[in-house]
Amino acid sequence: MELIDNLALGFSVALSLQNVLYCFVGVLLGTLIGVLPGLGPIATIAMLLPITFGLPPVSALIMLSGIYYGAQYGGSTTAILINLPGESSSVVTAIDGHQMARKGRAGAALATAALGSFFAGTVATFLLAVFAPPLAELALQFGPPEYFSLMVLGLIASVTLASGSVVKAIAMIVLGLLLGLSGQDIYTGAPRFTFDLPELSDGFDFVALAMGMFGISEIIRNLEDEHQRSLVAAKVKSLMLTREEFKRIIGPVLRGTALGSFLGILPGGGAMLSSFASYSIEKKISKTPREFGRGAIEGVAGPESANNAGAQTSFIPMLTLGIPSNPVMALMIGALIIQGITPGPNVVTEKPDLFWGVIASMWIGNFMLVLLNLPLIGLWVRLLTVPYHVMFPAIIAFCCIGVYSVNNNTFDVYSMALFGVLGYALVKLDCEPAPLLLGFVIGPMLEEYLRRAMLISRGDPMVFVTRPISAVLLGLAVAALVVVLLPSVQKTREEAFKE
Amino acid sequence: MQIIRNPKDVLSGILFIVLALLFAWQTQELPMGTAVRMGPGYFPLLLAILLGGLGLVVLVNGLRFPGEMPSGIAWRALGIITLAVVFFGFAVRPLGFLPALAASVFVSALASRKFHVVTALAITAVMVVFAWAVFIKGLGLPLPLLGPWLGGY
Repeated sequence: MELIDNLALGFSVALSLQNVLYCFVGVLLGTLIGVLPGLGPIATIAMLLPITFGLPPVSALIMLSGIYYGAQYGGSTTAILINLPGESSSVVTAIDGHQMARKGRAGAALATAALGSFFAGTVATFLLAVFAPPLAELALQFGPPEYFSLMVLGLIASVTLASGSVVKAIAMIVLGLLLGLSGQDIYTGAPRFTFDLPELSDGFDFVALAMGMFGISEIIRNLEDEHQRSLVAAKVKSLMLTREEFKRIIGPVLRGTALGSFLGILPGGGAMLSSFASYSIEKKISKTPREFGRGAIEGVAGPESANNAGAQTSFIPMLTLGIPSNPVMALMIGALIIQGITPGPNVVTEKPDLFWGVIASMWIGNFMLVLLNLPLIGLWVRLLTVPYHVMFPAIIAFCCIGVYSVNNNTFDVYSMALFGVLGYALVKLDCEPAPLLLGFVIGPMLEEYLRRAMLISRGDPMVFVTRPISAVLLGLAVAALVVVLLPSVQKTREEAFKE
Repeated sequence: MQIIRNPKDVLSGILFIVLALLFAWQTQELPMGTAVRMGPGYFPLLLAILLGGLGLVVLVNGLRFPGEMPSGIAWRALGIITLAVVFFGFAVRPLGFLPALAASVFVSALASRKFHVVTALAITAVMVVFAWAVFIKGLGLPLPLLGPWLGGY
């Protein structure tokens, strides 16, 4: 019954007029920006992060989560209508969703995505409410060595589940860790990596890094190739599913939800892996696999449910352990830290209104998403017809204003430009910037836990192996690494991501 | 037979090694401490060594296995967008918020190959009015509209 009390508390927080409003604004803005091609959830959240700083922590987190699933959903709309996935997790949706749109079933594809996401979101929110508190309790018993090992596992796992070269991705994490350590050392106050610049005494600005790497560099990348988009938007007529279509999506939605909920909890899992996995499962068990790629509604229903479930359950490790399992969660943690809250197991007990309020708001936000998107689809379609060369200067303007307004500091604007260039260079060299962001957020925590662990053990590094939980976590990390580096696995991995 | 088989990996490897050296050099002035009581330089140096090692692996892989040249770099967009952002940072105080914003929006519009003066001016005008309405009037950000160079305060 504790659960019901807690949820009641959550809903009382989330349903306050103010928070409903912020949730609504978040979902709306998230969808608005997420719909724009080439801007995924990471860029969207990074751009809108500064406007949440003035809010109380609960409202800020509610709004950010709203932005997150708004952007996620907006990305699917873009994927279906113009075959331009705004983010990696809607790549799969584009395959069959766009084919459906070409056959005049765009409305059905959009409705499937909305309904599947809503169902998955509801289930995943419930799972979050059930499993997060016990996990947080378990985490309270973790000492510094366990935390250190857990973070190492999280970082390694996030790499092994991503696409591209593993060595490069690990190098990106380490680079992120190093950048994250810039600023004053917490114990001695010694300035580190400040290059004698007083502006760097608090380290590189998180917002400047995120916006530069994911906003600015993304825009430059989009400007490489300004081809005409094929818009089938005019054909969105009926949003209704036929009875037969409805029957066809039930199975995929249920399987997608289950799969996404599970994969979302894993470090590095989250939305993208869930949607890929769901698509390949649906294709495998389908009686008509040849339809996939030609507009199979199952290919929309499964992945869309899976990515939303995964997006939701990836909040579990973030809220209970304070460890981001993907870049979006890293942004959330960054936002919390700016709000003066250290994410971790204590949040559940010390800030129950925050914890449960955010959980309740997720359900409300998902509900709003359905209410908002299906009727407003005409508006999104019109937004899609705005050409990119008109849109991107406005995005640049928002980035500049946003990053400047955080500290009223011009140095942050320059760092954003610098990270924009660095981000673009790295992308051109096939180095994914996402692991860098994870490392950047985790860096200071990782160092702190390492130092504390070594103090406890009197400098004996064996402490990470002799403590059982820590040993298991590190063992898993090593296993994950070994598995990915096996040549046979590497081959199938490449194939899987190509598909 | 080429020595550099995968330019992307070779370049990434070099980039990682250079950054690792830069970070390692920066830790030189920091006390290392001991494993028990780590100083501010201990963990960063450890990471810098790790980064250098990984960079070396990437570099060697790039010499061994074939790959591609980085291609399709949008130099024009890269230059113009960076310029627009840096200009905003430079101008926001002396020129004021709105003039700096207008200049940045207009300049960044130049990055597109589909640039058109009238469209660019229109976007600039819309953005200035929008930013004024939302950020100054709506959110009440304490930004001077006109800077000292333009007769503001």
